[in-house]
Amino acid sequence: MSRYFQKEIETMPVEQIKQTQSEKLVKQVKYVYDNVPYYRDLMDKKGVKPEDIKGIEDLHKLPLISKNDLREAYPYGLLATDLKNCVRIHSTSGTTGKRVVAFYTQHDIDLWDDCCARALVAAGATDEDVCHIAYGFGLFTGGAGLNGGSHKLGCLTLPMSSGNTDRQIQFMMDLKSTILCCTPSYAAYIGETLKEKGYKPEDNHLKAGIFGAEAWTEEMRRDIEKNLGIKAYDIYGLTETSGPGVAFECEEQTGMHINEDHFIAEIIDPDTEEVLPEGSKGELVFSAIDKEGFPLLRYRTRYICVLSRKKCSCGRTFIKMTKPMGRSDDMMIIRGVNVFPSQIEAVLLNEGYAPNYQIEVDRVNNTDTLDVYVEMKEGDFSDKVKDMTNKEKALQGAIKTMLGINPKVHLVAPKSIQRSEGKAVRVIDKRRRLGINV
Amino acid sequence: MAIKQLSVFVENKVGKLAAVTDAIAATGVDIRAMSMADTQEFGIIRMIVDDIDSAKEKLSEKNLFMSVTEVVGVAVHDRPGGLDEVVKVLSDNNINIDYLYAFISESKHYAYVVLRVDDNETAEKLLTEKGVKLITEADISKM
Repeated sequence: MSRYFQKEIETMPVEQIKQTQSEKLVKQVKYVYDNVPYYRDLMDKKGVKPEDIKGIEDLHKLPLISKNDLREAYPYGLLATDLKNCVRIHSTSGTTGKRVVAFYTQHDIDLWDDCCARALVAAGATDEDVCHIAYGFGLFTGGAGLNGGSHKLGCLTLPMSSGNTDRQIQFMMDLKSTILCCTPSYAAYIGETLKEKGYKPEDNHLKAGIFGAEAWTEEMRRDIEKNLGIKAYDIYGLTETSGPGVAFECEEQTGMHINEDHFIAEIIDPDTEEVLPEGSKGELVFSAIDKEGFPLLRYRTRYICVLSRKKCSCGRTFIKMTKPMGRSDDMMIIRGVNVFPSQIEAVLLNEGYAPNYQIEVDRVNNTDTLDVYVEMKEGDFSDKVKDMTNKEKALQGAIKTMLGINPKVHLVAPKSIQRSEGKAVRVIDKRRRLGINV
Repeated sequence: MAIKQLSVFVENKVGKLAAVTDAIAATGVDIRAMSMADTQEFGIIRMIVDDIDSAKEKLSEKNLFMSVTEVVGVAVHDRPGGLDEVVKVLSDNNINIDYLYAFISESKHYAYVVLRVDDNETAEKLLTEKGVKLITEADISKM
């Protein structure tokens, strides 16, 4: 089995990628203009006609769209084809009250499956692998995406969905799962549970894992790799653009290759909306140049990252994006300081704690408060109060150094922080109850 | 020589201590001595029990978080100044006591003290030299 799923595409010369993107973009802009009145209005308002777009160099002329547009156009406003041509709907969790509904034709599903199959092969999977999918199945794209990719590649697919960790472990052991796909927080949880049950990393048959759908750090990667005895790969995607597999990591583990035959990525300044040159840090914007059902052009993801076309040792020529440094909407402003949960997580892992934590932000006497609840692990607990308070102080100091603001750290018992077996609830911002817009 | 102490981490909330005592009660294990350190947020329950393995197993089943540490147990004369004799030996030799707690049993002559120090061996050696009676795991199970 090759190290690529579609070698010709994944390793094509950069000039050819740009040529392909230009051709597809020109067609796509016309298709969207003709079929999506909502986007046509945006283009008209901006004074852009489809014929103004002659290639990717003209991409910046198109209007940007954001989650707000998706909400306004809900449910059918951005649909580009008849519903009878669509075969599936997926939706975001809507935890922020902004539910997004996306439509897929069979063509869209096929290209999504290809993207996920590429990700699986990049993680070392072949048709001889047993692919254990512990992402949620349902409206969430995680389960369906990797399931499709696993089928396309010909893996033996275990569509476990998330939750029921005991059963996950039983199947993983009995049916010899070799590739694990789930959220990184769930992978960490499975790792801990295995350890508790007395399994050593070499007792399972796993060789790699593909983890995405939430932010995670390099330290968390090392933790998961150690506990499960695997290589852990990142995958990126969002419902708005299809789902996981828009970008995926290769063996170099230094960023994710964007499937550029289907998506064009740009980095913009989130404030001025100017396109920034390669290597700049800014907001990631995607244009889907192949999709039929829900083809978003210049969609603002809110994720902050950097793009790089540096030559990759894996041989793939697709541009790479760094792991998102956070989402502009994950960001908390605490006492005027921008804080991303990932920064706090990095400190915890550096200080030797497990990535099981919860951040609570509140406002008391007109001052923001930051409380960080951190689960101890075996060996962190001492029978001496002095040791415990020293540990809390040390962690407080390390977080203060990172953020510049003083947190209050609370060490708590293992597994006492509530876990959702899908995505971890990292932040509780109680300031919302005060009507403060955060 | 040292005796084993079971320490359990509990949040400072209603019902958390009951969860521990309830689990221990269910095993039929007898708590010989107990002390509790409390802070605003959490407490540490320290116990000397007559069957530490059973207690540990049960607490672990109930997902309680704990550790086992070795502490020094001494029998002091149950009369004024009894404890002072022990503490003096340690302070004269620059040994810091992190905490201690005392308990009595049916013996009319002795009270028992559990001492948490950093260096058990040295403490035990010094105490023995001064004629202080140390208690062992076997003594605990006979009490």
